[in-house]
Amino acid sequence: MIGESMYQELILEHYKHPQGRGLRDPYDAEVHHVNPTCGDEVTLRVKVADGGKVLDVSYDGQGCSISQAAASVLHELATGSTVEESLSVVEEFTRLMQGRGQVEPDEDVLGDAVAFAGVAKFPARVKCALLAWMAYKDALMRSQG
Amino acid sequence: MSAPGFDVERIRKDFPVLGRELPGGRSLVYLDSGNSSQKPTQVVETMRDHLTWHYGNVGRALHVLGSESTEAYEAARDKIAGFVKAPSRDEIVFTKNASEALNLVAYAFGNPVGEDERFRMGPGDEIVISEMEHHSNIVPWQLLAQRTGATLRWFPVTDEGRLDIEGLDELVNERTKIVSITHQSNVLGTVNSVSPILARAREVGALMMLDASQSVPHQPVDVTELGVDFVAFTGHKMVGPSGIGVLWGRRELLDAMPPFLGGGEMIEAVWMDHSTYAPVPHKFEAGTPPIVEAIGLGAAADYLTAIGMDQIKAHEKALVAYALEALPEVPGLRIIGPRTPIARGGTISFTLEGIHPHDVGQILDDVYGIAVRVGHHCARPLHLRFGIPATTRASFYLYNTTAEIDALVRGLHHVQKVFG
Repeated sequence: MIGESMYQELILEHYKHPQGRGLRDPYDAEVHHVNPTCGDEVTLRVKVADGGKVLDVSYDGQGCSISQAAASVLHELATGSTVEESLSVVEEFTRLMQGRGQVEPDEDVLGDAVAFAGVAKFPARVKCALLAWMAYKDALMRSQG
Repeated sequence: MSAPGFDVERIRKDFPVLGRELPGGRSLVYLDSGNSSQKPTQVVETMRDHLTWHYGNVGRALHVLGSESTEAYEAARDKIAGFVKAPSRDEIVFTKNASEALNLVAYAFGNPVGEDERFRMGPGDEIVISEMEHHSNIVPWQLLAQRTGATLRWFPVTDEGRLDIEGLDELVNERTKIVSITHQSNVLGTVNSVSPILARAREVGALMMLDASQSVPHQPVDVTELGVDFVAFTGHKMVGPSGIGVLWGRRELLDAMPPFLGGGEMIEAVWMDHSTYAPVPHKFEAGTPPIVEAIGLGAAADYLTAIGMDQIKAHEKALVAYALEALPEVPGLRIIGPRTPIARGGTISFTLEGIHPHDVGQILDDVYGIAVRVGHHCARPLHLRFGIPATTRASFYLYNTTAEIDALVRGLHHVQKVFG
């Protein structure tokens, strides 16, 4: 029963009831990222206030439960935080995903995103989990000009 | 339900991996032979024996090992020629895989090294493929069109997953130089009817090639009876090793074609400014070939022949008929391809409403040990045609059983429970 440990309840919950899904205005930057191996795709927008507070992360896309749930969790974690804070979450999430299951996740930093720890043991699925998060990082960079 | 004398349990014993226990105590249910087949002990032992006792380079070494290797390598060619009923052993060219065989033919066209009219290609000429091709029968022709300025055209696919040949006479016309289509779709399972297309190709003087990667392993294929000009297939899908493929071509066409790769063993004589080439098939086999792989493929042909390709075809037909009955029981399951076991092979692709194939494949593997393929199966245009990004594909072979199809159906019900 390895697989079902990857599909944590929280992941399935986000997949079935995605938070903040749908593209919204206003936004500072929009990016489109695809995963060529499985065809998953995400379009993502960010709106950042002058003080560096992330006002909105909106997204749309198609793909597997992991990629869609990861986008939903990202929306929850990033919206309302600062650019700096959210980037440190992205960094910790990336470290966890690329750790081949050997990395002990920092739950204080990751919050709900810790549910994805099991995905790191499945190299073929790591890109699914990272898709929206890499898109977010890219969008932030573009929004900062 | 299978043909008399066909004993699937005895066959399974030839493939030890099928009895393997996966981590977590799962038993393996291998439904991914359309991707690559498992190998019987007979093939593995033949390769091991050759590597252990007889290995030397082929065609050039004069010592005992060189002779034994050359003999075994060329004997494999005889076996493959017999397997597909080639009129001459010299018409069997060993390649790396089916992709290389297709590329080899594509590079013969519009090639300044060649002089034969049938292979001239330029603006105004047309190449015809189909929408159900594997990327390996699309991209080489796209590249050819780019190199020569020729136009690439294709047969559409019907909603049922059959080749739509309604526009045949317009599509294949006096401008057509080559038609290259799949004999059996790696996604839909559809077995294409060759004769009407070939008849039209002959009428307009076009050559015709078949990608038989999915048919040669699963049904008797007689290249003479097919009547086409070129047939490509690969070893690893027919219980042989990877790294070896086959191009069959008509002798007089192979003779007329320019070499593909230059190098050792493909020459007759070399001067500093030019060369003359070896006769076929060696003209197309530059460098040290995959020796042991070819010998393994010969053993694979022997193995399949001993069981009987007719028997294998009948067994798979029974399996696919069973699966076509059983799979639609799963709620939300949509089969992409023919839903009757007529003119189709043992490959079934499907979608589950609202559930991504990667999630389907992951649960099937991790919970039940069921190996299927998920994704676009190197046939992205076909998936675009059906408006879907990906499918889940179960593909059967001589060693599969109806019990394994039952396991698949149970697994899919469980997938529904997890994501429903």
